[in-house]
Amino acid sequence: MTEPLIDAHAHFLHAACGRSDWADVNAARLRAGARIGITCHVASVLGTYGFSSPTYLPSPRDVVTGNDAMLALCKSEGDLLRMLVTVNPNYTKHALDEIERCVTRGAVGIKLLASRRADDALLDPICERAAKHRLPILHHIWQHRRREWPNQEISDGADLARLARRHPGVTFILAHIGGGGDYQHTFAAIRDVRNIVADLSGSGVDRGMLDEAVGAFTSQRLLWGTDLTMETGLAKLRALENTGLSSAEDIRDIRWRNASRVFGLKPRSESSSPRAPRAGGRKPRAGRK
Amino acid sequence: MIDVNALIGPYPYRFLPHPDPEVLERVLEREGLSGAWVGHLPSAFYRDPGAGNAQLYTALAPHSAKLRPVPTIRPDWPDWEGTMRVAKDAGAAAVRAYPQHWQLGPADERMSALAIACGEARLALILTVRFEDLRQRHALDVAGDLQAAAVRSLARAGDVVRLVVTAAGREFIEEVHWGLTPDEQRRVVWDFSWVWGPPEDHLAKLFRTIGSERFVFGTQWPLRLTQNPRANLDLLPDDLRRKKLGDPEKIFD
Repeated sequence: MTEPLIDAHAHFLHAACGRSDWADVNAARLRAGARIGITCHVASVLGTYGFSSPTYLPSPRDVVTGNDAMLALCKSEGDLLRMLVTVNPNYTKHALDEIERCVTRGAVGIKLLASRRADDALLDPICERAAKHRLPILHHIWQHRRREWPNQEISDGADLARLARRHPGVTFILAHIGGGGDYQHTFAAIRDVRNIVADLSGSGVDRGMLDEAVGAFTSQRLLWGTDLTMETGLAKLRALENTGLSSAEDIRDIRWRNASRVFGLKPRSESSSPRAPRAGGRKPRAGRK
Repeated sequence: MIDVNALIGPYPYRFLPHPDPEVLERVLEREGLSGAWVGHLPSAFYRDPGAGNAQLYTALAPHSAKLRPVPTIRPDWPDWEGTMRVAKDAGAAAVRAYPQHWQLGPADERMSALAIACGEARLALILTVRFEDLRQRHALDVAGDLQAAAVRSLARAGDVVRLVVTAAGREFIEEVHWGLTPDEQRRVVWDFSWVWGPPEDHLAKLFRTIGSERFVFGTQWPLRLTQNPRANLDLLPDDLRRKKLGDPEKIFD
């Protein structure tokens, strides 16, 4: 068996997203994933991606539409896909109900967009529910240090750190260090918050970013991922071997072992069991279909 | 294959590890690239790039077999024509210009004069759309991205003009390409260091619509990972994987 590779940050489109090429985009993700060697895409659907409500502020109806599409994809693709349930915390009861509905159908985590700033009190009930089910939360981080941006509530690493400190029993995944703005600010903000891990996805491929990330978090708090640009994911995967900071074991952590631990995914073979976390991580859970 | 978009020297807004020609040469070897056109990154921010050009020539001299200098020329600076002659004598592969950093507008005639002079000297003019993602820029970095209108204007300046536009995304490329006549389109090639691959497949779409021969290999080292454009090529759909890129050495043929 080849070395597992888990994409911790993927998205799929669906027929109600308003794009006639939605199936081509999904097929392209699977095509590129096969070529890269991705053995599991941990993915979410973001409502209708702006078609009938904003991508980062999805209406409850669009949240359900998107999650239904993701459930259907998981059913058709089997072990290759795992689902994060998307919720909008402005609708607390709906969000909690949606988590219950999708967890019983196999969701392995929660996806929070930019519907509310990361340290907002409305996120607390979501986090409490995550703790109850031992689900990680992938939180979209998008910052421009000097201004707001339309159609989303910006959140930076410091905002997420405040939330994570309120919920020490939950593992938070800071989304896309390569796509969330000033990653150097992010690294400084979350370095000491041990229940936050970071995913490497995003279109940014700055030289030095990976070295600084490994230096700030060690390999045990980094998850490999792609988000919207799989070529940058492949580039980072190849670059990890040239950072001079990552041993083969460290690279395995980043490729799949950390994700396996965080999402509670079943190792693909006996020889590929998760390495025990050195610090700040949770015990591995039993595999979940 | 050569890298048309490499640089040496530090960047004012963040630390860059080892932006030195010795390291660049090792990186090229690792990535299987035969050489690079190399600019001097600090010169983009100097009022007078002259000293930066001198540093560039000196730094690259021991590496001349693989690294060719690409000096920076400001067409609003006195005696820029003399700088052009020095560049030609120094074996420059091309010339870099940063109109957005110098606040030269899209239709500035001095930029057109530079583009024509470069063409007459059989030197490509390299333009840079951006150095960094908008979302992480330093508060002092207010130059903004190069405008597509500036590229269109230069492509229309004359038959001899040859432009290498780096760090553009799909929308920028399409806005320029489809706003030019076929003759004008042939004066412009693009690196794809900032073009998205799958799942959106922007690079594949551009290869199908504009043609792979309009694209050249560029990395924007030392700002970005050299592995990125190669990864983008490796993830093209099967029918596009063997498509030939443009050859920047034959840009005037």
